[in-house]
Amino acid sequence: MGLLEAIILSVIAASTPLLLAAAGELVVERSGVLNLGVEGMMIMGAACGFAGAYLTGSTFLGALCGIAAGAALSCIFAFLTLGMAVNQVAAGLALTILGVGLSGLIGAGFVGEKIVPAPALYIPGLTAIPIVGRILFGQDGFVYFSVALVAGIWWFLYRTRAGLILRAVGDSHTSAHALGYPVLKIRMLAVLFGGACAGLGGAFLPLAYTPFFIPGMTAGRGWIALALVVFSSWRPGRLVAGAYLFGAVTILQLHAQALGLPIPSQLMTSLPYLATVIVLGLISRARGTAGSAAPASLGMVFVPDR
Amino acid sequence: MQLVLEKRAERSTFIAVASPLIAIAFTLITMAVLFAILGKNPIAALNVYFVEPLTDSYSLMEIAVKATPLVMIAIGLSLCYLANVWNIGAEGQFIMGAVCGSWLAVVTNGTGAGHWVLPAMLVMGALGGALWALIPAICKVRFGANEILTSLMLVYVADLIMDYLVRGPWRDPKGLNFPTTAAFDPVATVPTLLDGSRLHAGSVAALIVVMLATVMLGRTIKGFESRVVGAAPRAARFGGFNSKQLVIFTFMVSGALAGLAGIIEVAGPVGVLQPGISPGYGFTAIIVAFLGRLNPVGILIAGLFLALTFIGGEGAQISMKIPLDLTKVFQGILLFYVLACDSLILYRIRLIFPLKKAAQGNVHGTA
Amino acid sequence: MLNPVPAQGPPAAAPLLQAIGMTKLYGTFAANDSIDIDLYAGEIHALLGENGAGKSTLVKVMYGLIQPTAGEMRWMGEKVVLVGPSAARAQGVGMVFQHFSLFENLTVAENVALGLDGKESFADMSARLAKVSNDYGLPLDPKREVWRLSVGERQRIEIVRALMQNPKLLILDEPTAVLTPQEADQLFIVLERLRSEGRALLYISHKLEEVKRLCDTATILRGGKKVATCNPHQETAASLARMMVGADIGIVKAGAARATTVPRLVIKDLSLEPDDPHGTYLKSISLEVKGGEILGIAGVAGNGQDEFFAALSGERLSGAEGNIVIDGEAAGLMSVTERRRLGAAFVPEERLGHGTAPRMKLSENALLTGHAASHMVNHGFIDKPATLETVDKTTKTFDVRKAKRDPEAASLSGGNLQKFIVGREILREPGVLVVSQPTWGVDAGAAAVIRQALLDLSGRGTAVLVISQDLDELAEISDRIAVMFHGHLSEPIPAASANREKLGLLMGGSPAGESTGQKEAVHAVGA
Repeated sequence: MGLLEAIILSVIAASTPLLLAAAGELVVERSGVLNLGVEGMMIMGAACGFAGAYLTGSTFLGALCGIAAGAALSCIFAFLTLGMAVNQVAAGLALTILGVGLSGLIGAGFVGEKIVPAPALYIPGLTAIPIVGRILFGQDGFVYFSVALVAGIWWFLYRTRAGLILRAVGDSHTSAHALGYPVLKIRMLAVLFGGACAGLGGAFLPLAYTPFFIPGMTAGRGWIALALVVFSSWRPGRLVAGAYLFGAVTILQLHAQALGLPIPSQLMTSLPYLATVIVLGLISRARGTAGSAAPASLGMVFVPDR
Repeated sequence: MQLVLEKRAERSTFIAVASPLIAIAFTLITMAVLFAILGKNPIAALNVYFVEPLTDSYSLMEIAVKATPLVMIAIGLSLCYLANVWNIGAEGQFIMGAVCGSWLAVVTNGTGAGHWVLPAMLVMGALGGALWALIPAICKVRFGANEILTSLMLVYVADLIMDYLVRGPWRDPKGLNFPTTAAFDPVATVPTLLDGSRLHAGSVAALIVVMLATVMLGRTIKGFESRVVGAAPRAARFGGFNSKQLVIFTFMVSGALAGLAGIIEVAGPVGVLQPGISPGYGFTAIIVAFLGRLNPVGILIAGLFLALTFIGGEGAQISMKIPLDLTKVFQGILLFYVLACDSLILYRIRLIFPLKKAAQGNVHGTA
Repeated sequence: MLNPVPAQGPPAAAPLLQAIGMTKLYGTFAANDSIDIDLYAGEIHALLGENGAGKSTLVKVMYGLIQPTAGEMRWMGEKVVLVGPSAARAQGVGMVFQHFSLFENLTVAENVALGLDGKESFADMSARLAKVSNDYGLPLDPKREVWRLSVGERQRIEIVRALMQNPKLLILDEPTAVLTPQEADQLFIVLERLRSEGRALLYISHKLEEVKRLCDTATILRGGKKVATCNPHQETAASLARMMVGADIGIVKAGAARATTVPRLVIKDLSLEPDDPHGTYLKSISLEVKGGEILGIAGVAGNGQDEFFAALSGERLSGAEGNIVIDGEAAGLMSVTERRRLGAAFVPEERLGHGTAPRMKLSENALLTGHAASHMVNHGFIDKPATLETVDKTTKTFDVRKAKRDPEAASLSGGNLQKFIVGREILREPGVLVVSQPTWGVDAGAAAVIRQALLDLSGRGTAVLVISQDLDELAEISDRIAVMFHGHLSEPIPAASANREKLGLLMGGSPAGESTGQKEAVHAVGA
């Protein structure tokens, strides 16, 4: 296996959790809700995903546990922000604090245990093709699913009536309500979907990326996923590009460390975080007065009058 | 059945005062259930968590020690949140304050420098925190970058900077390869208030900060500006208040307070710069700020309460083998209840029972 | 396909929609108090009333948007419960909202699709959209995003969307408030055609001349109760107004001889690009307002008035010092606060969230604009008694009604809050006052107080600039009127010689004076 192939493979692996979580959050934000609790839902997905896989011995069931954990946590968020009209920023922070604590509690018993990582696809003949074989035909199920998920979201948003309604709710909840659309219910479903995706993205880490669980193993990936949604201008296509770009930054620093360059490892480790700050600055500036592509009612509380 | 919110004509002053108490009550009930799930006696566990620390003077002083950074950081954060500026990177500003102040302690270590060292360290710490907070502020004002994400990303970076320093250039050569600086000289240490206790002068500083914040928010035009920019940005601009300057101002003040808390923590109870100087003070302070309803005196009380949970959590771990992570769960749940109860200040809840047949379309009756 | 309902001549015996004892309570407040109303096919029924009389609540109930507390609705004789707008649409009720229910970032076609039940394909829907908009002379480009469209075009979307449901009853909430007189005339042609197709129309307005001209029946609401149902042709505008208000409206009058003095507000070649992508460019605006004069700026909403106000107040800086001169001082680069210190005062259009912080007390809202040029602040510290004193003084001088001494701004009614905001500025005796939509959404009593206060202020030598969409209001108080269109400002013309048609043409973008006068009687505005 050549170095290039190894790098590309590891970039894909590093990008997949970001892509999964960001794809879910994109749908949430398109409906007009800002859920900052992605980090908390991801780490819960990681803890519950690992616990599920360890106890059942099945990666698939583990992934389902991760999905369920993320969705369950997002339920609390939905109740607070949609049912109780709580400030979405504050509720998202609370979700992260709770998720980090709960995952530590749940994962404590599993630290140090190992599982069999998710199996990679193997198609005789195709997978063996040099360079592209492993990349296209030798990934695990998470990777294929993440790409299909984004494609599905694109199709849903731009090609279905339900997607049109979702975009409309994010553009103006007052108008949507006046036309009789159940704004809060639609947002509730979007938040649950986002939670499920974040849970799956988190579960990817112990199930496929590293075959063990450590507390805090998401290491800010949830926040980077949130930044990716901004980076993508709320468009699924650009989300894929952004996720792979960030995956590449993560991987390049690993390889640079492996090459023994005389750079402090801490500086290399901080690259993804610094990159996020810089990219957010550049993107926001580039948009400038041309207008943000953000859904018009993003983050605003909606209480229908009756 | 359906839960419906109705806007109140005016905010309810009663709920504004009662909401933190209601939230705490709900949290305690939830915690009791959690303890039971973990197989512990809920009454005994709550007792260890919330009552025992209040019964001996050592624990009481430890509560004050832990509350000091929480209150100082939360006061700064409350200023930000009132102005609708979302600084959530106080943890990073805390660390950078500790790092910048420690620099002086490290370079003067063993040189016999005079009593100017500690005051200079405090200034450096506040400055370090303020400048670290300036980065997201400038990114927001100049480029429109979301301050939530940038301020949070910088927490990881600050953590790594400190890690690099204590493992590299600042490592104590006699420290058996542990990642830590040499112990600070007495002139670089915050004095204790009582001999033999860990209670230090920083707690007094926190009380002064609370008083200054009370005056500033309640009585000055700057405090009014912060509140009005947060409550109604367009009206604030019409009033002649510059929200961009306010972003810079609130970020720098909160960064300075977090940085000051950081250097006081390092130069006080800890005594060296080393990883893990903060058990998440910067994040817990967010909860403190909300539980205190963004009011300085409320924050003082809330800071003491959350410090109690840290101490109680440690006690519960030792005596009942309750995992330390439960404290974080507790804090998360508390914040949820606080936010939910706060919503009752502006809205009242009604339960609606839909018509017997809430089918789609219309119900035909007899004309 | 649009199938016209069979035409009916005189109103049939059975009403299409019958509302009996409609009541809607919010807490103890009755927004609607047992209102009865009958709507007939082939009839335009006017719903009249002041702001807060309960018109919007009643039509929202008819559209299923809110559920009544008591009362029943009968549709073609049968009792119905409308659980939501889609249920209402299924019955054949269409609605054109006052504040349009549109989605700015979606296209016209997508907006229309969202108002339909989605049973047909997008392509079929688009074809039908083209046909309906063509049939009724309401042209629309289905692929354009809504934010690119003018207010009039946006209303067309709303109307076409409602027509595509082939409604038996069409409700229109103040449709002409945002139109030029000429656009309104075109709308009336459409409405008359819909009536001739046998549809029922419920038409909300407070423009009484319009109602007299167009409507067959009128129901008048006041304070949530029905006052009368009458034939508007047999009433005068004055008698209708009396029923709406419940008393004779005081007539505002200018002081004896108002002498204009030197220019106190001078605007020279002011150009400004919008700060939000959906805004309007201001193009080289020049204007002089003299002391003792009220100058009115007419124009359809969204033609640059908001940007103009922001440039005058200093909320946005135009980039050149000499653009704006206040009492001889070049103020173009000054902040809001500095302009206030020069003696300028401003009243924005939005009461809640712009003119006041809604959830803050009146005393704090007095401080909001008063901190600049008054004794409310000493060395950075707030003088609380002084702020309360301003509240008391404003309350007394302008008859602001409120439940307690210092309530939150949001708890006041629209009229009382507007009196507070205008009063807060007038009490400072400004040299220049810029006020946008001074009586928008305000009851007639408060409107009269405010207009009189503006006249009195100009009588004391202040230069007053009034930006308003209400031509009647401008005719009533202004000395000269200029028209804003697409960010351009026309030459001001003396109010005495400004008639509705001339202003209407300017508001629609035609150069003045090119009209050939083929329209009916050219009457002076407001006469």
